[in-house]
Amino acid sequence: MEYFIILSTVLFCLGVLGVLLRKNAIVILGCVELMLNSVNLLLAAFSAYSGDGNGQLLVFFIMVVAAAEVAVGLAIIAMMYRNTKSVDVSIFNKLRG
Amino acid sequence: MENLVYAIILLPLAGFIINGLFGKNLPKMFVGSLATLVVFASFVITTSLFFSFNNDSAPVVIKAFEWFRVNGIQVNFGFQVDQLSLMMVMIITGIGSLIHLYSIGYMSHDKGFYKFFTYLNLFIFSMLLLVLGSNYLILFIGWEGVGLCSYLLIGFWYTNEEYGKAARKAFIMNRIGDLGLLIGIFAIAAHVNAIDYLSVAQNASSFELDGTPIIFITACLFIGATGKSAQVPLYTWLPDAMAGPTPVSALIHAATMVTAGIYLVVRSNFLFVLAPTVQDGILLIGFLTAALAGFYALRQNDIKKVLAYSTVSQLGFMFIALGLGAYSTAMFHVMTHAFFKALLFLGAGSVIHAMSNEQDMRFMGGLKKYIPITHITFLIGTLAISGFPLLSGMISKDEILVAAFAKNPIYWVMLFILAAITATYMFRLYYLTFHGEFRGTEDQKHHLHESPTNMTLPLIVLAVLSVVGGFINLPHFIGHGHYAKLMDWLKPALTEESFKQMENTLSGVPFNTEMILLGATVLMFFTVWFFVRNTYVKKQKRALPEESYTGWEKLSAKKLFVDEIYNAMIIRPFEEAGKAALMFEKVILDPIVNFIGLGAADSGRAAKRLQNGNVENYVLIMSLAVGIVLIVNFLLK
Repeated sequence: MEYFIILSTVLFCLGVLGVLLRKNAIVILGCVELMLNSVNLLLAAFSAYSGDGNGQLLVFFIMVVAAAEVAVGLAIIAMMYRNTKSVDVSIFNKLRG
Repeated sequence: MENLVYAIILLPLAGFIINGLFGKNLPKMFVGSLATLVVFASFVITTSLFFSFNNDSAPVVIKAFEWFRVNGIQVNFGFQVDQLSLMMVMIITGIGSLIHLYSIGYMSHDKGFYKFFTYLNLFIFSMLLLVLGSNYLILFIGWEGVGLCSYLLIGFWYTNEEYGKAARKAFIMNRIGDLGLLIGIFAIAAHVNAIDYLSVAQNASSFELDGTPIIFITACLFIGATGKSAQVPLYTWLPDAMAGPTPVSALIHAATMVTAGIYLVVRSNFLFVLAPTVQDGILLIGFLTAALAGFYALRQNDIKKVLAYSTVSQLGFMFIALGLGAYSTAMFHVMTHAFFKALLFLGAGSVIHAMSNEQDMRFMGGLKKYIPITHITFLIGTLAISGFPLLSGMISKDEILVAAFAKNPIYWVMLFILAAITATYMFRLYYLTFHGEFRGTEDQKHHLHESPTNMTLPLIVLAVLSVVGGFINLPHFIGHGHYAKLMDWLKPALTEESFKQMENTLSGVPFNTEMILLGATVLMFFTVWFFVRNTYVKKQKRALPEESYTGWEKLSAKKLFVDEIYNAMIIRPFEEAGKAALMFEKVILDPIVNFIGLGAADSGRAAKRLQNGNVENYVLIMSLAVGIVLIVNFLLK
């Protein structure tokens, strides 16, 4: 088993746990970034391992998309804070069925 | 010729449309005159056509357009003008215009004046379609049309619930017959591949004599005829139909519509002649109807009910003639009956008008001196229907009796008794109404008045027709070679076999025998007259309330409880079945349907808890699901 796989898996699981357990929206967004980047790391590692540059190219795409996502996500969080003076996701349940 | 036929049919339709659309805002005089004039114009045109026809003229078929073509059967919208249809059209438009004229006076105080004339014109139009159509389908359109008009006019005073029920009863009873007619038409189309009269007549010889197909077809057609012409077992609607205004009873439920069944059988003579079994059935039904209705008429107190049962009974006579194969005799009786029965009904209407809407004969009496014209004309009608020598009714009825004697003397005896019953109830009606002391209230006595001229004029015309109407078809011993003109006149409308059968029936009795039979009926007539006069004038016998009769009189007054039997045997079981079906729905179907509906709602209510709006929750579930998928995937490898 290569170490980079274990490292990526650990990072990804930390990200998932962060999303699940934390209440702060900004931290959750950070954890999402962590998950994305663990995947990026894995892609880059596999790419180098197999001598194929395509994986590294894909990493750039993911980074661009992640940047856009953070921009949107932070804007949403800013609006949430402006309306409720809080970034605690557990109080946002207006969409309850 | 073509245009004239279109005019005959379209004039009443035009009257119907104009009166129906604008009649509400037009003056009454205009509405009534228009409706009367269009029918009268049709009558004039028909008369001109009538004289351009003679005994040898071939039927003229006018094709308006091809209606549809299906599976090799071409159906045209067209009209057939021949001796038979002309005769019917003459009766319909002739009697029709008289009754329109009468209605102007009779309905003058009614709110629905324009509606009444609209319906009447629609009726005339439908009836003309019925008798002029060149195939069975057009006949069926007219057949349904007159049924509809009959329904509308019986329930004309719809605010009275009983009248509404009578209208529905007539409609439903007719529907049963109509189904028979429709199936008959389908069967004809299936067997002959055509439904126009001429083609069916040509191909009729392909039927095996008295084979199953022809018996089925003719029986179905005859069921249709029993519905429209009020024969056993579908006759109970006609007496109830008297709920309509009296001119309607005269026009629709005595003179024209109820003879549609006779017309249908005569028109289909080429089929019926091939099915002697069905002809015997017609004979039987005719006898049953004539006997039952005659019996009921003996102890009815409502003046219109007596006339209604008398109509049913006379229709029975006509069907007896048809069953004997004497088509022209049946048509002859249709014609004379149209004259004197229209006269009697209009006379009854005049009596009711004078009596301030009283119909019960127990409260009449002595009207002779108050309404002289009505009295004289009514007496002529009574004499005609009862068989006063040389009046129209006697001549046509005698022809039926002779035809019956030719077939079997027993039939003659039965008809003889039926004719005696006819005379009995008619004279009872006449004496109770016009003779003796006035038995109504003082108020009614005060209001007694003769009807206006536009009501008495039709009475007089019809009275004249009732007297001379029989002369067009005198028995052969009077006319010196001109006997039984009607038989020759109708020859082109009949097939050779039908004509031969008819000739055999009508000339099967030797001259001497016929004279004796005639003498016997005349003697019977005067005897009955004498006895009834004795009972109701000398002995002053009075009509009693229905409830106080006993024995056979009770059976007659209560109509052998046939309505009650129909109620118990057919209507009750239907209602019970309906109730059972309702229980089935309430106990079994409703819970199942409700379970499905409520189950969906409940499960939705349960499932909505998952959607609690909390993002963490969603993510948790998603992660768990992904985890499970991964684990399962891993294990399955």
